[in-house]
Amino acid sequence: MSIPILEMRSISKTFPGVKALSDVSFQVARGEIHCLVGENGAGKSTLMKVLSGVYPHGDYSGDILFDGAVQVFKGISDSQRVGIAIIYQELALVPEMMVYENIFLGKEIRNGIVVNWNETIKRASEMLKKVGLDVNPAEKVRNLGVGKQQLVEIAKALSRDVKLLILDEPTAALNETDSENLLNLLKGLRNEGATCILITHKLKEVMAVADSVKGFRGGRTVCTLDAKKGEVSEQAMIKHMVGREIDNIYPPRKHITPGEVTLEVKNWNAYSPELGRQVLKDVAFNVRKGEIVGFAGLMGSGRTEVALSIFGNPAGYDLSGDLMIKGQKKELRGPEDAIKHGLAYVSEDRKGNGLILIQDVKQNVCLANLLEIAKRGVVDGNAEVKVANGYKSSLNIKTPTVEQKVVNLSGGNQQKVSLAKWLFVKPDVLILDEPTRGIDVGAKYEIYTIINRLAQEGMSILLISSELPEVLGMSDRVYIVASGRIAGELPIAEATQEKIMHLATN
Amino acid sequence: MFKNLQNLLRQNIREYGMYIALFVIMVIFTFTTNGIFISSRNLSNLLNQTGYIAVLAVGMTLVIVIRHVDLSVGFLAGFLGAIAAIALEKWGWSVYAVVPFVLGLGVIGGLITALPVARLGIPSFVASLAGWLIYRGLLLLVTESTGTISVTDPVFVAIGNGYIPDIPEIGILNGIHKVTLLLGIIGIIFYVVNEINDRRKKQNYNFDVLPMNMFAIKLLFVAALVGGVTWVLAGYNGISWTVVVVLAVVAIYHFVTTRTVLGRHIYAVGGNPEAAELSGISVKRITYIVFGSMGLLSSLSGILFTSRLQSATTTAGTLFELDAIAAAYVGGVSAAGGVGKVIGSIIGALVMLSLTSGMNLMGVGIAYQYIVRGAVLVAAVIFDVATRRGAR
Ligand SMILES: Nc1ncnc2c1ncn2[C@@H]1O[C@H](COP(=O)(O)OP(=O)(O)OP(=O)(O)O)[C@@H](O)[C@H]1O
Ligand SMILES: [Mg+2]
Repeated sequence: MSIPILEMRSISKTFPGVKALSDVSFQVARGEIHCLVGENGAGKSTLMKVLSGVYPHGDYSGDILFDGAVQVFKGISDSQRVGIAIIYQELALVPEMMVYENIFLGKEIRNGIVVNWNETIKRASEMLKKVGLDVNPAEKVRNLGVGKQQLVEIAKALSRDVKLLILDEPTAALNETDSENLLNLLKGLRNEGATCILITHKLKEVMAVADSVKGFRGGRTVCTLDAKKGEVSEQAMIKHMVGREIDNIYPPRKHITPGEVTLEVKNWNAYSPELGRQVLKDVAFNVRKGEIVGFAGLMGSGRTEVALSIFGNPAGYDLSGDLMIKGQKKELRGPEDAIKHGLAYVSEDRKGNGLILIQDVKQNVCLANLLEIAKRGVVDGNAEVKVANGYKSSLNIKTPTVEQKVVNLSGGNQQKVSLAKWLFVKPDVLILDEPTRGIDVGAKYEIYTIINRLAQEGMSILLISSELPEVLGMSDRVYIVASGRIAGELPIAEATQEKIMHLATN
Repeated sequence: MFKNLQNLLRQNIREYGMYIALFVIMVIFTFTTNGIFISSRNLSNLLNQTGYIAVLAVGMTLVIVIRHVDLSVGFLAGFLGAIAAIALEKWGWSVYAVVPFVLGLGVIGGLITALPVARLGIPSFVASLAGWLIYRGLLLLVTESTGTISVTDPVFVAIGNGYIPDIPEIGILNGIHKVTLLLGIIGIIFYVVNEINDRRKKQNYNFDVLPMNMFAIKLLFVAALVGGVTWVLAGYNGISWTVVVVLAVVAIYHFVTTRTVLGRHIYAVGGNPEAAELSGISVKRITYIVFGSMGLLSSLSGILFTSRLQSATTTAGTLFELDAIAAAYVGGVSAAGGVGKVIGSIIGALVMLSLTSGMNLMGVGIAYQYIVRGAVLVAAVIFDVATRRGAR
């Protein structure tokens, strides 16, 4: 084996109250796809931030060797200069700018002091071809779906001669097709000699692309698996990551006979004045007491719009049709009203509209139901801590204290806080929008168990998910949404991935 | 021990920074003015002058916390102060009718500013700039014909100039305002007991608390500060009604922002409006409440100012809004929203007015005064941003 392109030697990094990395050593060979797996809060993202200069030299201990030389990065621009590019889960594109502007943002092609737009567009088109993205370079980024935006990010990285491409959970927000495209692209790039580090919680993806796998647990590396030696298997990864074996990713579920209809929607239409188009057409569905109803469909098919339009319509659509809660026709005046009527909505976008990042865990957990822990308008601080600590242990949220700001939690743990917040509302109907996005396998199992228990206790659950196995593994009944309509409904016994995909794409 | 103190300061520099800055400024001016700055008379005046900016700064804190700004408050204060003067002098209303009436008008004024902001999403900068122009016009309109309106009502004048009564001389502590002293002592005891309780509660929950010696130093420092100020004030006329009003406002707002559901909702809206809305908090309602409270405090500021000058003038309220905004920023409010404390803004107001007062005593020219205050404002905000980044 030639010298590795990257070697990190006994890296340690501490945050107040947390040892995020202890003595992690790590090598990446030239031209391989190296996957990092591990439970939420294990330190994967932190290690990559150390590598890319987000935490500058001196903020951590240990050495970084890249391309044969010791590197001392003072900031992200230093790591970019030597050819390291990192793509975060939260995209860093400017939505109002066009694709080609974004690709060369910060590295404009110039004639003297003016930008050479013709050359820019030409080079951007080449880059787009390279990543297999068929869009007009003059399209605004905001008009692209998440999957395409992800590819634009990669094009942007490739335009700067990267030697090492780091992707932190790139497929968390992508549907299966887009994920597959992305993974194929990575394989293609590898065949052309590029090196990639890929963080993901989706073990199937690891199986598909990894040359080597590094497992993380509690700030340490726990295993290194080599694909050529046939060491990479889901069982092996789970065992190393979680510390025990999980045979069944979806906990067994007693399918009870569901009770009366709790929520029903008929002839439901929504027009978005902002987008200037109809987002929902003639939607009709229902959910019963104790039932888990899955909503499958492609990204952008209108599932989130369905959820928001019934959850008090905060986006301000023009609505028509009937919304019935426990058999009574209702018009909800806003999320506040919706919560009063027993609805809860766990947002798919935890950073955008799910959590208040600058506030701490306990404040976020209690926010939607402060009245329960208040007397005459005064919040009982002790009760607040107690409630938050309760969810901290039941959902296994990794944080030193519930006084930690949510922004300092790892992605998966933020998702758990978002879930805790809505569980505390104790709704009758719980709408979950991609509830396990970015969550590790072990924690997923725990969350599924909780969802099942809630259903058994009589809660109605709407489960929106882009992961078909999740929909199939959890639901009693599945609706398929396509371009703002309900394209079909399948009882779980008849639902298969093929049938769902067929309905979703036609 | 000293090491401990250093660590403590480093970790909490953001929180204690302002107090230290205020302390340093006061010490410097005490030296440069040969002690005049810290004299009973000057300190008392300083506090009374801070009053009408301080109440604005309290309201402005919340406005900035929810990511807005209100430029109209200065002239709203000026205009409502003039209305108060007219109601007292021209319409012959009783002061007990005038004060609630004007406070009510203030709330309405605030709600009017909030209307386009909350309903149509007009930037508050623009909406309140319109208010700035309109209230300035209204102020001119009502004072134009008469010019300055002087106010003679003794009760009204006392709000800005009077002091709380004292018990008659009892032989000891002659020449000292005994009620003030007593209140100061009660305040200190209250604070100490509260802190000790709080610490005990936190320990029960196994939270981090300050080490005992550091805790003692903190208590001592605050007690000495409050005690010192009380002693100095007691040596003059005691606590003024203005100080009483400001303390009441601060106490109420501090309580509301830190302990109540409403306070949580305000900070949630500031931290992430979309998330707050989805959590069942009406962002519109919070906007109305915060601007309404701003209007209320503007009218209070107008009352304090008119009373202090014993007259309403055609330029009353000029630049108050900028002083209030500066005080809030010096006090650690973040323009990104969701961060900022009422107490911080009061300290900010004190810092800014101490600068003015100290430099006046030193005979520094007004031109230099503006430059120094500008420099301090920017330094405070840089310090705030830098320490915030360091804390991550
Ligand atoms: N800025 C910070 N301040 C304090 N603690 C932090 C900070 N950033 C990360 N941490 C902590 O460091 C640990 C590692 O976090 P990291 O984000 O690297 O986890 P991760 O492996 O990427 O997890 P996930 O799979 O959930 O994304 C976590 O316990 C997290 O709470
Ligand atoms: Mg991560």
